Amino acid sequence: MRALLAILLALAASHALAHKPSDSYLAIRVEGASLAGQWDIALRDLDFAIGLDDSGDGEITWGEVKAHHTDIAAYALARLKLRSDGADCPARATGFLVDDHSDGTYSVMRFAATCPGEVTTLEIGYSLFADLDPQHKGLLRLEHGAGTRTAIFGPERPTQSFELARISALTQFLDYGREGVWHIWIGFDHILFLLSLLLPAVLALAGGRWEAIDRFPPAFWDVFKIVTSFTVAHSITLSLAALGVVSLPSRLVESGIATSVVLAALNNVFPLVHGRRWMVAFAFGLIHGFGFASVLKDLGLPQGALLIALVGFNLGVEVGQLAIVSAFLPVAYWLRASWFYRRLVFIGGSLAITAVAGIWLIERAFNLKIISA
Amino acid sequence: MSRRATAIGITRTSIIGTFTEIACGLALASLAAAVQAAPYVPKDDATVLERLPVRPGDPVARELRRLRAELARDPQNLGTALRLAERYYELAGAEGDPRYIGYAQAGLRPWWELRDPPLEARVMRAILKQSIHDFSAAMQDLDVAVREDPKNALAWSWRAAIHMVQADYAAARADCEALEPIESELGVVGCTAYLDGTTGKAAAAHRALSAALARSGDISPEMRLWVLTRLAEMSLRQGDVKQAEEHFRAALALNVRDQFLLAAYADFLLDQGRPAEVIALLRDWVRSDILLLRLALAEKALDAPAAKEHIEALRSRFDAAALRGDKLHQQEEARFNLYLLGQKEKALALARENWKLQREPRDARMLLEAALAMNDPAAGKDALEWLERSGHEDPGLRRTAEKLKALRR
Repeated sequence: MRALLAILLALAASHALAHKPSDSYLAIRVEGASLAGQWDIALRDLDFAIGLDDSGDGEITWGEVKAHHTDIAAYALARLKLRSDGADCPARATGFLVDDHSDGTYSVMRFAATCPGEVTTLEIGYSLFADLDPQHKGLLRLEHGAGTRTAIFGPERPTQSFELARISALTQFLDYGREGVWHIWIGFDHILFLLSLLLPAVLALAGGRWEAIDRFPPAFWDVFKIVTSFTVAHSITLSLAALGVVSLPSRLVESGIATSVVLAALNNVFPLVHGRRWMVAFAFGLIHGFGFASVLKDLGLPQGALLIALVGFNLGVEVGQLAIVSAFLPVAYWLRASWFYRRLVFIGGSLAITAVAGIWLIERAFNLKIISA
Repeated sequence: MSRRATAIGITRTSIIGTFTEIACGLALASLAAAVQAAPYVPKDDATVLERLPVRPGDPVARELRRLRAELARDPQNLGTALRLAERYYELAGAEGDPRYIGYAQAGLRPWWELRDPPLEARVMRAILKQSIHDFSAAMQDLDVAVREDPKNALAWSWRAAIHMVQADYAAARADCEALEPIESELGVVGCTAYLDGTTGKAAAAHRALSAALARSGDISPEMRLWVLTRLAEMSLRQGDVKQAEEHFRAALALNVRDQFLLAAYADFLLDQGRPAEVIALLRDWVRSDILLLRLALAEKALDAPAAKEHIEALRSRFDAAALRGDKLHQQEEARFNLYLLGQKEKALALARENWKLQREPRDARMLLEAALAMNDPAAGKDALEWLERSGHEDPGLRRTAEKLKALRR
């Protein structure tokens, strides 16, 4: 009869294992000689290994987990061997949290380890649950500098080595510089703000009408003043915010940036400020700096190379900006006297920018979504 | 504003316009971090973080504990290891949780890598290997097992089962025939009827299996459940919806936890356009990927608010499986992509990949439906050929195949 039951199960078998298997998530960040880690292990698995459900009611509470934190650390860390160039890097738990993963709640253990010297080759030996569940896998995410690697540990591959390329300051500087260029390039709101201020640079206000200017140098110096003051202003706030000296709520910053675009573009159609547009650039540049800072923060600031990242990112932004300006100015100067430039590009373009930025403003201020991708 | 991942894998708040999303979204979305953790400290000690599937005081749990303790004292005791593996295997089937396969395997560690393990260890090893879809390794062990012991009904049954999954019907028939002198009538008829019911003789198979069930007298609820589920499938293949429903209801009334039955009945209800009943049936089964998939399909059909959350949960589970390098659920993942995400191309790729490993009717159905969605009859060629060769009768499957063939003309 047992065989019959077997065929019953057999014929349903390919369908039956419908559950996510047991995995743990191990994240390790290498900084010089020290390792900072986070290890997410399913409570179910820990309960099977060391017993968490002390009350025996089939429910694991936070109190029960807390009572076992020492056991969890001892059990797990004994099954994780970290070695740098042949020497042990002893690890200790630094904090405990929990997290909800798609298949249940996990214990989150943060840990730190110190190696004898700067880590160039990290060897990781992983044997968590290897004796209890050979199907268990450890999913590693290893971060070093701006690079991230992943690996899968299991009984077939319990020990793996990772060569960590030495990240030079120059590489880091260039990485962040590239991010800065990329950000200004895809940051339509910054581009539109700058363009709104630059559009009138090849024109002069005479008796309430915009006329084409007749010499290039004034246009160039006008643009130079605007770009420089915008740069100085946003560098100030970018640095202050990135270093954590000042912080503003992102909704305020985002709305402020949208407002700056609206006002700058409207000023072209209904001129209020003309001669001192560099001051406008400076004032609103302060707000844009906060916007850049939030991007930089999301990229993650390397603790060891804060200044390099900050300067690299900022210079990247300037390079991107200069590229836009140097593409814009000659063309604008060339077309400045035409109807096309004065009516269509200058007035029409400014109105279009006002409209787009107005929608951003409403979206950002009220947390709405009007233009959806 | 939406969140996207940047090229170096860290999410950033987009402070840009919506336009940019179109430009960068495609390039960056694929790199979205798979696990976006937000760990926290629960508010108070009484917060329940996890419910164990088997309570510690449960008889099953007690027996497992006893067997584990016995095995810990004497790890070389094959009898204990086999009993433990069987219990865990049954639990894996009931709960659908592959952890139990791992636990069973751990108990068999002294025999797992042996070239010539004792027969029973070899058969159990094959059973566990096939359940993680290592069919070729499982078949190697079963080949040796039936050579060593031609009267080993367990080994013959598993051969039949694997040959059915691989659509090798001639081999499956040989396995069923080998069972004849050594297995009970219900076992032999069950094997043959399962084969006939898949290969175009559903009516005869239904008759034979019903008769064998009537004659079998006192059998375990698990066996009855299996027979009734098969009968329901055979009824459906003959287009007899009413009779299928009766079989399903009789099987459900046995009150045996069985994911396969729930999945099959949920599919039946979805095909019949009765999603509300699926939600009632599967509300408490969100942990099971295959049942959560059906629940989400039903919720989407009804525009239920929970659909969004469940689709996200499925997405993260499939992402986690990909991270792990698993290919256990490609058929389900194809269905998820086709019907819940609308990603036809990916669905078709998954359905084709799945067909290389598994060739049961539902695998064929997935391949045909994905090929039809992509207007690509050539991609469904393998499933069309299978339909011809097997003579499989399912009316819905045949309709899909006809539509696909019509595209070719």
